[in-house]
Amino acid sequence: MSADRSSDGVPLDRARKARRKFLRSVGLAGGVIGLALLGYIPTTRAGGVRLRPPGALDESDFLSSCIKCGQCVQVCPVQAIKLGDLDDGFGVGVPMIDARRQACDFSCDAVQCILACPTGALTYKKPHSLGVRDGARLAALPILKAKEKDPENTLNLKERIGVARLAHPESCLAVQGKGFKGQVRGEAFKGRMRYMEVDRWKPIRIAEHPYDLPLCDLCVRECPVKNAIELRPVKGPDGQERMTPVVLEPCVGCGVCEMICPTEPAAIVVDAQAPWKA
Amino acid sequence: MSRFTETFMVMLGRDPKKPEQVSEAVRQTMTLKYQDKDRFVQEKLHTRASHRPSHEWRNRRWAVLIAVNLLFVLSFWLDIQMLEGSLTASRFVGFHLIDLNSALQVMLAHKHIIVNLFIGTFTVFLLWVLLGGRSFCSWVCPYHLLSELAEMLHLKLVEKKRVTDHEFHRLTRTVFWVLFGLMAIVTGYTVFETLSPTGILSRALIYGPGLALGWVFLLLVFEVVYSRRAWCRYVCPIGLTYGAVGAISPLQVSFRVEHCFHEGDCRKVCLVPHVLDVTVKGRATDMNMGLGPDCTRCGLCIDVCPTGALGYEVKGLSRLL
Repeated sequence: MSADRSSDGVPLDRARKARRKFLRSVGLAGGVIGLALLGYIPTTRAGGVRLRPPGALDESDFLSSCIKCGQCVQVCPVQAIKLGDLDDGFGVGVPMIDARRQACDFSCDAVQCILACPTGALTYKKPHSLGVRDGARLAALPILKAKEKDPENTLNLKERIGVARLAHPESCLAVQGKGFKGQVRGEAFKGRMRYMEVDRWKPIRIAEHPYDLPLCDLCVRECPVKNAIELRPVKGPDGQERMTPVVLEPCVGCGVCEMICPTEPAAIVVDAQAPWKA
Repeated sequence: MSRFTETFMVMLGRDPKKPEQVSEAVRQTMTLKYQDKDRFVQEKLHTRASHRPSHEWRNRRWAVLIAVNLLFVLSFWLDIQMLEGSLTASRFVGFHLIDLNSALQVMLAHKHIIVNLFIGTFTVFLLWVLLGGRSFCSWVCPYHLLSELAEMLHLKLVEKKRVTDHEFHRLTRTVFWVLFGLMAIVTGYTVFETLSPTGILSRALIYGPGLALGWVFLLLVFEVVYSRRAWCRYVCPIGLTYGAVGAISPLQVSFRVEHCFHEGDCRKVCLVPHVLDVTVKGRATDMNMGLGPDCTRCGLCIDVCPTGALGYEVKGLSRLL
């Protein structure tokens, strides 16, 4: 046997090439799989909890069942839904709502994003095998203020997507006894909302709908759900009688209050995926 | 081993084998072809001289690919609602269409299948059985187009000896297909979708660009400077999923050995040259042979072949006509 042949008679040069190709392939597999698994990092990140569209399954079920097609994005009349990017890891292409930028105001009346979802990641009715988190179930179907007088006045939504919370009572205009006059969030704000008295089916820019309120009650006034939030008397820091927004059980976590709050940063915010605590 | 099994195994990563037996007709054809060497060479030269290089099928294919992706984009932008969604899942005038590989990942990760998911997946399955399986890759996938352009650049650089093509083992893609499936089952996440340039590009076109395009760019750079068409050839499980569907498709590119001078131009332009192993002298076993499931039906070989030995065929239909 000549020196340039391996024990099984294959020329050494070819054997070396095959070996290199094999190692290269293992490297490629390791590299790509490693990169793919980096997607784990953002899903475990604390504080990275996203507000999902109405009807979303619990987070890990949602990420696995969502096919990342964006059909929910397409049907939303106020374009509240955006898709996750690479920094969302496994949440790439998964729908979410940045309520401060544009909240879901249910101006579609029927929760159309749920209707559009082809995989049941957004669903009217959860399969029995998937449990319901404590505090996620709504006591009753939410009554939509916009169609309160209709024979069918509820939203087909059984679980909340979050809960509103007065995060900065000190900056809340109502707590300070102040009113609000002018464009909420300013001229440049692109957020939209449906105003029944303007057009039931055509949401307009909030900037096109200025307010003049002796006492700011925007979060209560514009909340799309009946009895989800109200102003209650409270003793102010200076001992005076004031009003404060109080979030109630029917709150679905849509985020309209966060979007409409005129202070910067918003005094009231939605805690995404948070349960209701009495 | 039957031709079906043989080509399927080759798709999974095995090297094509020299046939043990060829049909009598092929044997006679080959004998006649090489009987008179001078005549053979003259015919070859004559064919070369009179061949008009064309990009007919490539241009048609690019037009279709761009049109399909544009239809997605315009359906959303202009709200014409023809083809809503993106390549992973959509509705065509209301009918659910769901990408087979995305559906598979979701089913494995979520382990729960609703009716619409099943309907959409089945519709797309039938569609690509009819249309040729991996024809999804070359006629629809937006990454395929970018990758083709990157390939042109790669080949120019190779010609100038600035870069060399580093091949990987083709079995790697099968390993990836299994690993991505296993990871979906074990982690409960659709791990592959995080990296899939097909999904990323489709969404970027429709819903606007994002950071994820950076990953697609890196892939293209890798293909230009290191390994020709690496993602489609060695990684993408979508290709293998559609390949499996295409195995039973009647639409294929077929090879007629009697017209072939065995020069190998077709193998040089092909994304999956192993399917063209039959065009090597002495490898064809029948007068008319389909190229097998891994062929993307892109038509580059048809364009480049000077003798018309390669062409599209719908199995059974030619017999009917």
